[in-house]
Amino acid sequence: MLEALSYDFVQNALMAGLLVSIASGIIGSLIVVNRMVFLAGGIAHTAYGGIGVAVFFGLPMFLGASLFAVLSALIIASITLKERERMDTFIGLMWAVGMALGVVLIDLTPGYQADFMSYLFGSILAVSSSDLWFMGGLLVVILFIMTFWYRDILAVSYDSEYANLRGINVPFFYTLILVLSALTVVVAIKVVGLILVIALLTIPVYIAEKLSNTLYVMMILSGIFSSIFTLIGLWFSYEYEIASGASIILVSAITLFLFLGLSRILGRIN
Amino acid sequence: MCIIEIKNLSFSYQKQKVLEKINLCVEEGDFLAIIGPNGGGKSTLLKLILGINPVKEGSIKIFGEKPHKNLQKIGYVPQNTNVNTDFPIKVIEVVLMGHIGTKRPLFGYAEEEKRCALGALAQVGMEKFANEKIGSLSGGQRQRVMIARALCAHPKVLILDEPTASIDVDGQKQIYELLKELNSYITIIVVSHDLSFIMQYASTVVHINKTLSFHGLTQESFAKNSINQCTNKFCEVNLFQNLKTTQGDSDA
Repeated sequence: MLEALSYDFVQNALMAGLLVSIASGIIGSLIVVNRMVFLAGGIAHTAYGGIGVAVFFGLPMFLGASLFAVLSALIIASITLKERERMDTFIGLMWAVGMALGVVLIDLTPGYQADFMSYLFGSILAVSSSDLWFMGGLLVVILFIMTFWYRDILAVSYDSEYANLRGINVPFFYTLILVLSALTVVVAIKVVGLILVIALLTIPVYIAEKLSNTLYVMMILSGIFSSIFTLIGLWFSYEYEIASGASIILVSAITLFLFLGLSRILGRIN
Repeated sequence: MCIIEIKNLSFSYQKQKVLEKINLCVEEGDFLAIIGPNGGGKSTLLKLILGINPVKEGSIKIFGEKPHKNLQKIGYVPQNTNVNTDFPIKVIEVVLMGHIGTKRPLFGYAEEEKRCALGALAQVGMEKFANEKIGSLSGGQRQRVMIARALCAHPKVLILDEPTASIDVDGQKQIYELLKELNSYITIIVVSHDLSFIMQYASTVVHINKTLSFHGLTQESFAKNSINQCTNKFCEVNLFQNLKTTQGDSDA
C-alpha cells in the first residue's frame, strides 16, 4: 500500500477523495435537512446531458457537466419556488431527458466508445491536477459562503416562512443551496459516479444527523465520516482491484447498518 | 388610536372571495382573539397583516404605515411548530432567528444578540433548555420557544396563529397565562379555536367567516355572565350567546 502512495494518480485520488468528501459532507447536510435528496438526484442525472455535450463538442467534462447541472438547478429552483405540487413530475422529466440526451450525444460522437461506465460509477483514479483545482476551488467557495451566510442558510432551511418575515431573501438562498448542490454533485460524479452520488451525499450525513444537535456540527461530522469512508473504500479498491466508487459506497452502507444496529442495541439497554 | 387599522379590506384567491370588507381597529394593549370556521379567512387576514400576501382592495395600516414597513414591530408565532422536529438545531439558534438584520456581525451572532435571545428565553421560562435540540422538547415547550423567537425582536404586537393546537390542556393554560403576562406591555392578537380560554383571557373577540361578523366583546361582559365558573362546554354555548347579543354594537 505504501509504495502506491508514490504514484501521482494515487495521490490525486486521495486528494480528490478528501476534497469531495468535505464538500459533500457540508452540502449533503443541507440537502438532507432541506429534504432535497430527490432534487439532487435529478440534478445528478441531468448533468449527464452536460457530459454528453462536453464529449460531443470536445469541451472539458467539468465545464459541460457544471453548466448543465447549474442550469438544471436554476430550473428546479424556479419551479419549486412557484409550483411545489408539480415538482416531482418536473424533476422526473429532467432526470430522464438529461440521461437520454447524454446517451445520444455520446453515441453520436465519432470514434468515442466507452468511458460510459466511468461517469456512471466514477473514475477517481483518473483525476487530473486541473480536476483537483476545480474541486479545491469549489470547496473554498462553499466554505466562504457557509462562514458568512450560515445564519441565513440555517434560517431558510429550518423555517423559510419565518426567514422571509425577518427580511431574508429566501428565494436567493434556496437557489444558492441548489446551485451549490449541483456543483458538488458534479465533482462527486468524478469520485463515485452519478448513480452512486446520492449515497455519498446522504449516508455519512444520515449518521452525522443522529449524532448532532446543530447544523454545523452535522456538516463537520458528515465531512469527517465521508472522508473516512472514502479512504477505506479506496484502500479496498486498490487492494482487491474493485471499482472505487462502488467500494466507497459499500463501506459507507456497511458502516450505516452497523451504526443503526448498534444504536438499536444501545437503545434497548438504556 | 389604532395601532393596526384595517379599512374595507377584501381579498380573493383566484376568483374565490376569502375576505370581504373587513374593518378592524386594534388598540395598544388589546388582547384580540380571532375566531371563525376553518377556511373562513383567519389565516389569510394574518398573512395580509404580516405582508406575506399583498393588499389589493382596501387598506391595512400598522402604526400608520403599510405592513411591510413596520415588520420589526410585529412578532409572529406561526401555526405549525411541530414540523421539522428532526432538524439539528438548538433552542437558542431558533430564538436567534428572530433577530432582524440590524447590527449583525460579519459572521455568526453578536454577543448582544445572544444575550437578548437568552433574555427572551427567560421571559418564557425556557432558559434552561437553550442548548437542547429543538426536537427533544414537548409541544408546549416548543411553542414557548417560538414565542421567545418572536419576542427576540422586541415587538410591539405579538401575533399567534393557533398557538395551542396539539398541546395538552395543562400546556394550553400555561401558554395563555404567559400571553396574559406579556399582554401587560405587548398587544396580542391570537387566532384560536379554544373558546374556553379565549373567554378568560381575551379583551376583544372577532369572528371571521369571509366577513367580520361581530366584535366588541369585552372582559366586563364575560364577568357579567360569570363565565369563569362554568364548565368548558357550557362556556362555549354561553360565549356564542354573548357574542350574538353584542353583535349590534359592532360598529360602535
